[in-house]
Amino acid sequence: MTTTTIAAPRSGPPRRGRTTGRSNYELYAWVFMRASGVLLLVLIFGHLFMNLIDGDGIKAVDFGFVAGKWASPLWQVWDLLMLWLAMIHGTNGIRTIINDYAERTGTRVVLKSALYLAFTVTVVLGTLVIFTFDPCPAGAPSDLLPSFCTG
Amino acid sequence: MPEAPAGTLYRGREGMWSWVAHRVTGFLIFFFLLVHVLDTALVRVSPEAYNAVIGTYKNPIMGLGEAGLVAAIVLHAFNGIRVMLIDFWSKGTRYHRVMLWVVVGLFVVTMAFFLPRHLGNVFGGE
Repeated sequence: MTTTTIAAPRSGPPRRGRTTGRSNYELYAWVFMRASGVLLLVLIFGHLFMNLIDGDGIKAVDFGFVAGKWASPLWQVWDLLMLWLAMIHGTNGIRTIINDYAERTGTRVVLKSALYLAFTVTVVLGTLVIFTFDPCPAGAPSDLLPSFCTG
Repeated sequence: MPEAPAGTLYRGREGMWSWVAHRVTGFLIFFFLLVHVLDTALVRVSPEAYNAVIGTYKNPIMGLGEAGLVAAIVLHAFNGIRVMLIDFWSKGTRYHRVMLWVVVGLFVVTMAFFLPRHLGNVFGGE
């Protein structure tokens, strides 16, 4: 009588791709959406109050208004934080929407490439603007500039 | 519409429609954000260029657009808090429907404060 040996289940060679490809990326993204969401609520409500409610609201917003705000390190940090958090939060949201609705791999790759390009351009541009902003550009008419340029 | 089976927070009624509203508002806000960083970047070009573009934000049609944008942001923000309560509060899933109506109530109150103020600035004579 011959005995048939049956391999124990799941005893084959370890499948490398599976373990090395696993990460907690989606968990961190999920946590980030909630943590940044709380901060963005404060940052954006403050931004909307300053720019749309306080004083004459949107009617008061011009170059001098922006220069006056960015003369304070508080609003520079505020806007920088808001830019980065909102862009990462929004980009991750759109990434989720693309993953949900774009069924073909090629479509997802194209859409996400465009998304990450828009993210990079917007974040780099916005950051440069905040750090290289000149409130008193030479040759600009003084009535368009904040009062501290002439003082 | 038949009652959704117990434990399916995101299928049908309040749970699903608030999820849809969260997606739609988030999607719209993201594209405004891209445009808004570009228009603000004009402060680096010249005061005239920035003032010309921000001037378009002051006309009545754009003013109504800003009202819609703020409405989207306020709804997304308050419903975001609700999502966090559902995720982290032990009784969150039990009260998710009530919390949606609290969100809607706070949204109405916030907009009732914001709209007269903003539309007064936009349509008010100078």
